[in-house]
Amino acid sequence: MAAALPEKATLLEWYRQMVLIRRFEERSKELFHQKKIGGVYLHLYNGQEGTGVGALAALRPQDHVITAYRDHGIAIARGVDPNRIMAEMYGKSTGVSGGKGGSMHLASREHNFWGGYAIVGGHLPLAAGIALKAKYNGDDEVVLCFIGDGATNNGYFHEALNLSAVWDLPVVWLIENNLYGMGTALEDASGQTKLIKRAIAYDMKAFDPMDGQDVFEVHETVKKAVDYARKKGPVLLESMTYRFEGHGMSDKMYAARVDEMSRFKARDPITLLHDKLCELYPDIGPTLDTIDKQCEAVVTESEKYAENSPAPTFEDLTRHIYV
Amino acid sequence: MPIITLIEAIRIAMDEELARDPRVFITGEDVGKRGGVFRATQGLFEKYGPTRVVDSPLAELSIVAIGIGAALADLRPICEIQFADFIHPAFNQIVNEAAKMYYRSEGQWRVPLVIRSPYGGGIGGGLFHSQSVEAFFTHVPGLKVVIPSTPYDAKGLLKSAVRDPNPVLFFEPKKGYRAIKGEVPSDEYTVPIGPARVARQGKDLTLFAYGMMAYYAELAAEQVARQDGIDTEVIDLRTLLPLDKTAILSSIQKTGKALIVHEANLTSGYGAEIAAVLADDGFHYLDAPVKRLCGPDVPGVPFSHPMQEFFMPNPDKIAAAIRDLAAY
Repeated sequence: MAAALPEKATLLEWYRQMVLIRRFEERSKELFHQKKIGGVYLHLYNGQEGTGVGALAALRPQDHVITAYRDHGIAIARGVDPNRIMAEMYGKSTGVSGGKGGSMHLASREHNFWGGYAIVGGHLPLAAGIALKAKYNGDDEVVLCFIGDGATNNGYFHEALNLSAVWDLPVVWLIENNLYGMGTALEDASGQTKLIKRAIAYDMKAFDPMDGQDVFEVHETVKKAVDYARKKGPVLLESMTYRFEGHGMSDKMYAARVDEMSRFKARDPITLLHDKLCELYPDIGPTLDTIDKQCEAVVTESEKYAENSPAPTFEDLTRHIYV
Repeated sequence: MPIITLIEAIRIAMDEELARDPRVFITGEDVGKRGGVFRATQGLFEKYGPTRVVDSPLAELSIVAIGIGAALADLRPICEIQFADFIHPAFNQIVNEAAKMYYRSEGQWRVPLVIRSPYGGGIGGGLFHSQSVEAFFTHVPGLKVVIPSTPYDAKGLLKSAVRDPNPVLFFEPKKGYRAIKGEVPSDEYTVPIGPARVARQGKDLTLFAYGMMAYYAELAAEQVARQDGIDTEVIDLRTLLPLDKTAILSSIQKTGKALIVHEANLTSGYGAEIAAVLADDGFHYLDAPVKRLCGPDVPGVPFSHPMQEFFMPNPDKIAAAIRDLAAY
């Protein structure tokens, strides 16, 4: 039997986060094309909001979050200030990483958000290490580590998962399976395409793959996994999801996947939650409209904040090399 | 002669080598259907098929190590590491396996492997898409390290690398992929691995550089020639390992002053090796201290545009360093 639904305020908060992420990503894309967000990389979370928001809602503040380079949505859902995220993407000194990192390398220690990582798979052993600290000190903390499907085929994945199993570390490994590792399809890169089965190799606890477009299902599953990890040890999860944009801005191949795209867009996680809310609370429409407008305003504010923030100076180049 | 870009020259070299030798194949991340993130392999999947242009998982260790094994067994792999920053998981395989095979087997085993990888900053890539990693590998006997700066050399050197019986690391200045253009003959030719190239003749001082900085060095040399009447010789090293010491010494004998430029950070960078060659064998020719203009000693090239510009050497910074040295 499905768990009782969270209360209305919680659902509205989930809705707010998901809409905010979507609006933030849409604006980021525009700003990238206007060259206000510089560089050549921007990896958008559109389509995967149900996974990020549902999963993070299962954590407490003392728990830890770490992810790969598709990190804006995770940072937003963790409560990092959108102004400072946008400023980072602008390369401004007010950014969460002082402009040094850019979009893939967000960081916020106060949120126990251990950041985005550009090196595929590189953050997995770090997640295990953070989890080791919790176990070592007897702290009641869990690490939630997001993993792209593409990262499941390198050595970091195997070594980190194996070690977490051997040492019973409190970490939830959450594969966001969006079917593509950069431009290469899952079946062209993975011998075992049912990624959840990787848990068997480590005799690790696993739950059935989640419908990543369904924030309720993600939340419920991650909550169970977090409880398990806290008490017993690592868990592997797999969220079946899809990115509505390319791998990054230079990926044009995704646009040709018309059937697949329309199938997933028909199950847009935000639309699904919107419809569910309307079903539960028939008069909630105006409230949702207000949230939509508020999110738009937050994104506009973040853009202004980034625009008006100072650029880093020459002195900033050589700061933070040694403690 | 047709004028083409650096990346077109690289693509043509691979195309010709694939056509020439059925043992040659390419593997790497998105090199097949997508034609490479920089389009270095565009069209090759369609032309040669999925057994010769092979999409790999996102697993650099395996991309290189599969290549080493295949090369041992006499295939001719071209392994693409999508960004030089991603090569580090394969470091063990390159240093402990590829570099030492011929030596440890008393000449029985060879590793005719090419590892191609775009390197360097200046495109807004940030900390993990901008690294210059050459000095990690020039410390390893058994490897060859090649960095072209012109389309002509890129094509000729890459073809030589494919035919070389040793492991060759072929680093490509990605900022120059489309910015650097030059004449490239359609006819078959190779450029030998080893010799440096005198990119510009001069008598007042010598600028030693490679890759993107060799391109900038020529621009800077023209600038100071025009504006200040300083006659700079530019040596494009092209091959860092083995190093062409003769070219370095014959140039310093002529000019007496040396400026070394690379975008990798200063400390223990490749410039230190050139400076050591000059100190050991060129001391009596020197009329000034050997100078280096390099990336600053910070952990990476920051994303932020102004910080990236603070980091990167460029023609203006090189020209200023030339003026300082010329005035010594």
